[in-house]
Amino acid sequence: MPKQVKIRLSLFILLGWALLLLGDRVDELRVYQGASIAVYAIAIGSIVLLTGYSGQISLGHGALMAVGGYVAAVASLEFGIPFWAGFVLAALFSGIFGGILGIAAARLSGPYLAGTTLALAVGLPSLANQFPVLGGEQGLYFDIGMPPKQLGESFTQYKWFFWIASFVALIVFFLLSNLLSSRYGRTWRGIGSNETAIALSGSNPQRLKVLAFALSSALAGLSGALLVMTISTASPSAFPLALSLSVVTGAVIAGVSSLKGVIFGSLILVAIPEVADAISHRIGDTLRISSTLPGLLISILLVFAVLVTPNGPGENLRHLLHKGKSHK
Amino acid sequence: MLKLINTILIGLSTGAIYSLMSISLVLVWRSTRVINFAQAGQAVFSTYIAYEVALRTGNFWLALLCAILSGALLGAFIDLFFMRTLFKRVTSGPIRAIAPVVATLGLLGILRSVVGYTWGVEVKSLDAPVSTDGTTIGADVLPFSQYNALVILIVLVVLMILTFIFQRTTLGLSLKASAFSPEIARLSGVRVDLTRTVGWAIAGACGAIAGVLATPTALLSPNSLDILLVFGFAAAVIGGLESMLGAVVGGIILGLGVTFVSNYVGSTLVFFSAFVFLIFILLVKPAGLISGKRRRNA
Repeated sequence: MPKQVKIRLSLFILLGWALLLLGDRVDELRVYQGASIAVYAIAIGSIVLLTGYSGQISLGHGALMAVGGYVAAVASLEFGIPFWAGFVLAALFSGIFGGILGIAAARLSGPYLAGTTLALAVGLPSLANQFPVLGGEQGLYFDIGMPPKQLGESFTQYKWFFWIASFVALIVFFLLSNLLSSRYGRTWRGIGSNETAIALSGSNPQRLKVLAFALSSALAGLSGALLVMTISTASPSAFPLALSLSVVTGAVIAGVSSLKGVIFGSLILVAIPEVADAISHRIGDTLRISSTLPGLLISILLVFAVLVTPNGPGENLRHLLHKGKSHK
Repeated sequence: MLKLINTILIGLSTGAIYSLMSISLVLVWRSTRVINFAQAGQAVFSTYIAYEVALRTGNFWLALLCAILSGALLGAFIDLFFMRTLFKRVTSGPIRAIAPVVATLGLLGILRSVVGYTWGVEVKSLDAPVSTDGTTIGADVLPFSQYNALVILIVLVVLMILTFIFQRTTLGLSLKASAFSPEIARLSGVRVDLTRTVGWAIAGACGAIAGVLATPTALLSPNSLDILLVFGFAAAVIGGLESMLGAVVGGIILGLGVTFVSNYVGSTLVFFSAFVFLIFILLVKPAGLISGKRRRNA
């Protein structure tokens, strides 16, 4: 095992242990939010892989999350497959679906791809109404069961969600960060910035783009399955257009060009509604304010992120540190 | 037979509205290379202005006029104070591809929140100037209404005005020139920045008309026009994003296709069918139906 990978592995184990300790010390709501953060983090990671590295745009990752979510739900309801295998199937199926989509996507440039994926985000979840096996508007009930008895009496359902989601997220990010620093990551990065150069250096940009799309879709599907786990239902309303857009939002706020900000981005996505709630309580809670404020905050943040820190806050911080060093 | 005629007519009326939305996106794309997602927000803002005017005066036409004016002003305003700043700041990196998309998405959110705060999030409705009930022919009732006919008529008038502007006026020539090649246009004395702002204003006006026309047969809420934006965008992509003719053709094709699916297959498949149309056409022609520099028409 190369040294870099070893360091990364120990880092992730340490992080997992810290999360474990944290999970014991905070209340139910926070634990639940922690699970959501892990879910969003995986989805944002998939956008970073797709946009930040291979240079493709997707406004339809909510639809791919829906594929994953429904696969996990159907696998458990119809075939009685254990939930962890359902997650694997979710990633697999949405990866295959994304691969097929990616073959079309690799032929399309920026705005055409944005348009196609946007139409997918609107169109795909509504398919659930067409097929009875998908449960229509009510959706499918997805229950992973109670946490194992060995974990003790006081071990709650939400904590179980949190454990699963963060465990999956840690594995995903360990693999993803290794992948992105490998030859593949570098070539993808190259496609994003200069496709011709990559073609000339002997790689096939089309094939690599499709691969990136498939992998990104698999991750999105996995996060969709986890999302369905935390809300217990797979329904069209769980995967609205807004979900697709907020995943992209999170990726941009986190800095789309590197994995480092992913947690930050998903933290913000989960925190915004709560911050908005606090503010609207402070200034007098009317339906008008409480229903428009979260959207306003996240939009302002988004515009601000694009204008002020186009490459993510991490990049700015690094610039600042480097400046500080050079001044010394 | 009657069903077929009805489907075609309704499809044309739906497609006409898509076409307008699509034109407003194409105009902005040509001049600024930005897919303006905020157009849904701009259109919804203008439609709420129309709602307000119609509520006070009861006059649909005055309301439409006010919506057009506010749409144009808002479009120009966004280009002047938002897009110019954005392009000065965002220069490199992977964000370059995604920044304009994301920035207009952010703008959409802001506009939507402002509208939601000003008018409340409850659903509103805008009354049509003519009947929206089906037309009775003999014993049969054709769902195609007077209002559908009016929509087609209004869009035709708008298209004629746009064609006149683009084919017969200096402004139209400058608009085409600065979209085609900003550098050369600037060298030949066109004020490219100003022209671009005018383009945004025209786009805003078109979006406003589309929003107002779509509302009487649906309901009005801060995000009620999002779907119109998605369909307008799909139409623009089908048409190749570069030509206004393409936008109209794309809009009509999509409108007809979606109505056929909804009448003959099932209304739950409408959204998915739009995606299927889109991907099918793009697989055959990756740059849309009407594309290529040689065929870059007004």
